[in-house]
Amino acid sequence: MKLRYFAWLRQKIGRGEETLQPPADVTTVGELLAWLATLGPGYAAALADRKAVRVAVNQDYVGTNHPVAADDEVALFPPVTGG
Amino acid sequence: MVRVQQEDFDVGAEIARLTEGNRAVGGLTIFVGLVRDMAGDHSIDAMALEHYPGMTEKKLAEIEAEAQARWPLEASLIVHRYGRLEPGDRIVLVACASPHRDAAFDACRFLIDWLKTEAPFWKLEETEAGAHWVDARDSDDTAKKRWLAD
Repeated sequence: MKLRYFAWLRQKIGRGEETLQPPADVTTVGELLAWLATLGPGYAAALADRKAVRVAVNQDYVGTNHPVAADDEVALFPPVTGG
Repeated sequence: MVRVQQEDFDVGAEIARLTEGNRAVGGLTIFVGLVRDMAGDHSIDAMALEHYPGMTEKKLAEIEAEAQARWPLEASLIVHRYGRLEPGDRIVLVACASPHRDAAFDACRFLIDWLKTEAPFWKLEETEAGAHWVDARDSDDTAKKRWLAD
């Protein structure tokens, strides 16, 4: 699974993207975030306030119940501030 | 048409190209967003705009398609910059051309309102006290919601 991080999530996690293989029981966005938070202090800090994190799967905004699969691109970022 | 780029844009050249040869256009509206030198009570030295390459273009194209579906537009354009910008620099251009002005005004407002809450951009402000990420504003969500009732 390809993970991408933006803005302060990227800074706290310490990288902009990586490829990870979550365990087989990670099947939703919510389960993925919970698993990522266990990977280290940077991940835990980035995901401490789950409500501040937005998620896109294959470049579409999704909610925490959305399914995730091994070949998905999953991006984590704060609420957007363009324009 | 949608473009995401680091370099500045020339508003005059962009709108000339947008409507060139199209005699059906009777009204053209533009919105240009600039970097302010103040945010609340603190001054800004610069702003770094980060985005999600690929998803940004996809979202902007979707927003533009929505505007094209809602209003009779002859042409539309969104140009959004990323990278480091200073106060006074142009950030974003939205232009809408239509046979009549009402559609051009409404579509332009719709596009900038939706873009602010849908396009994956993040602003990092550089100030004397250090750099910090700009929080999303409730007023932007409110501005978007007024188009949902239509």
